[in-house]
Amino acid sequence: MFTLKLIFKNAFRHKLRTSLTIFGIAVAVLAFGLLRTVISAWYAGAEASSAIRLVTRNSISLVFSLPLSYEEKIRHVPGVKFVTRDNWFGGIYIDEKHFFPNFAVDPKNYLPMVPEFVIPDDQKTAFIRDRKAALAGRKIVEKYHWKIGDTITLKGTIFPGNWEFVLRAIYHGRDKSTDETFFLFHWDYLNEALKKTAPARADQVGFYFITVTNPNLAAEVSQTIDKMFRNSLAETLTETEKAFELGFVSMSEAIIVAIRLVSYVVIIIIMAVMANTMAMTARERFGEYAVLKTLGFGGTHLAVMIFGESLIIAVIGCTAGIAATFPVAKKFAEIMSPAFPVFNVAPSTVYMDIAAGLVVGLVAAVVPTWRAIHIRIADGLRRIG
Amino acid sequence: MEVGERPIVEIHNLNKSYRRGTQTVPVLHDLSFDIQEGEFLALMGPSGSGKSTLLNLIAGIDKADSGTIKVGGVDITALAEGELARWRSNNVGFIFQFYNLIPVLTAFGNVELPLLLTGLSRAERREHVELALAIVGLADRMDHYPGQLSGGQQQRVAIARAVITDPAILVADEPTGDLDRVSAKEILELMERLNTESGKTIIMVTHDPRAAEKAHIIKHLDKGVLNVHTETHF
Repeated sequence: MFTLKLIFKNAFRHKLRTSLTIFGIAVAVLAFGLLRTVISAWYAGAEASSAIRLVTRNSISLVFSLPLSYEEKIRHVPGVKFVTRDNWFGGIYIDEKHFFPNFAVDPKNYLPMVPEFVIPDDQKTAFIRDRKAALAGRKIVEKYHWKIGDTITLKGTIFPGNWEFVLRAIYHGRDKSTDETFFLFHWDYLNEALKKTAPARADQVGFYFITVTNPNLAAEVSQTIDKMFRNSLAETLTETEKAFELGFVSMSEAIIVAIRLVSYVVIIIIMAVMANTMAMTARERFGEYAVLKTLGFGGTHLAVMIFGESLIIAVIGCTAGIAATFPVAKKFAEIMSPAFPVFNVAPSTVYMDIAAGLVVGLVAAVVPTWRAIHIRIADGLRRIG
Repeated sequence: MEVGERPIVEIHNLNKSYRRGTQTVPVLHDLSFDIQEGEFLALMGPSGSGKSTLLNLIAGIDKADSGTIKVGGVDITALAEGELARWRSNNVGFIFQFYNLIPVLTAFGNVELPLLLTGLSRAERREHVELALAIVGLADRMDHYPGQLSGGQQQRVAIARAVITDPAILVADEPTGDLDRVSAKEILELMERLNTESGKTIIMVTHDPRAAEKAHIIKHLDKGVLNVHTETHF
């Protein structure tokens, strides 16, 4: 108890220096937490993917489509439970800044495949019945103040023209990791329009979204599908939803690596700042350490005092940083919503923050402790006065 | 209390030198003498004569190059660092020129420090500390921090800290060197009382002849050797 009291008193002996160090650690932990959350957000799609969902696309590139006729063939592959056609629409709402992902899907088959989209039954029925209907995620509905029955116009980029949809349903995510920024509408609505305006592009599917009966069958079903269309005009590549998502993530791998490195650099910098604080503190107190040694206090006592002081400063800074991470991340998520639809501070990020704080506290105390333990008492006493 | 017949400190052929760069500077040379139990000894000599070094060696806070120092029959030159720390906490009380109190602790906390190494309970420690502060006349200042005390009061707190574990020997390095004349007199009287009433053996390094007058014996060191001139005041 006495030692703890002494450690606390020592830690706040230089209030300004300690406060600035705590502030520095808090800012570093906040920065570290945000950077780690950005990385998590990058992988959010892959993390939220289901083990029983597969994606079949053109083996050459996602840019190339697949014939509609593949759907029935895929449906009859043993192990396939649901299959739906899917097209990336790439429509723009208002202007390019107001981005949200929009897809043309087959509602009847699509909705059972995404149990993480929670939709009221009446809205689900209304969405399925109306060919011009759209289903939108809670976040974009709130952002644009849409209401059920509103007409929403998207400007087509891949499929030119102004496309009007009626908002019939709104989903919210079952889990925190569910992306609530999707805008979905009937594939048939798109296809019928294409038959009139661009017949050559009709009856083409961007990719097929498949659910298998058992995750253990994913590899086997993927192989069967790809084998089925081998040597056809449109060979397929079937992979798990997670692999499909990670394919997109890998395109920006260099950026992720850079962010990860920066997050570590932040910790190294604050470690240096903290080590400097502790070195200054210990240097000023060598006389006192010599007195304590004179009185019979051993190296263990000095180590407990120096490590304790360092850890207290680090833990307070770390706690403040973690506490600040949540509101700042929330604000960050609002601003960066189009880029990071799912931006949640994961428990693993908090654990890493805590670990970083402890490592900073421990590492910063090593050298001062070593020096305090090894200083000759006579030399230490000479520094006084 | 009378000075005892048996020596509490026995020094034989003590040598100590320091390294200054590539040079070895001899400080103490082949020193041998005894200090009797209950003695109040003043070590005097010019700066650099080795008196503080000798004090540090007797108190076990520095290591000799060769020779032996027996304190209470224990050869402290043969003790390892940890053993020496334990020995110091049980047998020696320290009084420094600049008091060397911990500024973030109150007078009570500073005096309590050495007791933390004992097995005493909190209540027992409190009892001891209050008694020690009463002896030095600071019972009403126990909650004051060093910065709130005068130099003389700080030195009295340091003396209370030195005697709290009831050591046989008190070592004092220029205990009045940073004090005005009145405070110095009070400190010397307090030390004299500790010697006569409590039987503490006191070894004091000083430049001040007035301080040295309080001692029974004055030994003069010059260039690391004891001057044959030894004064006795009984």
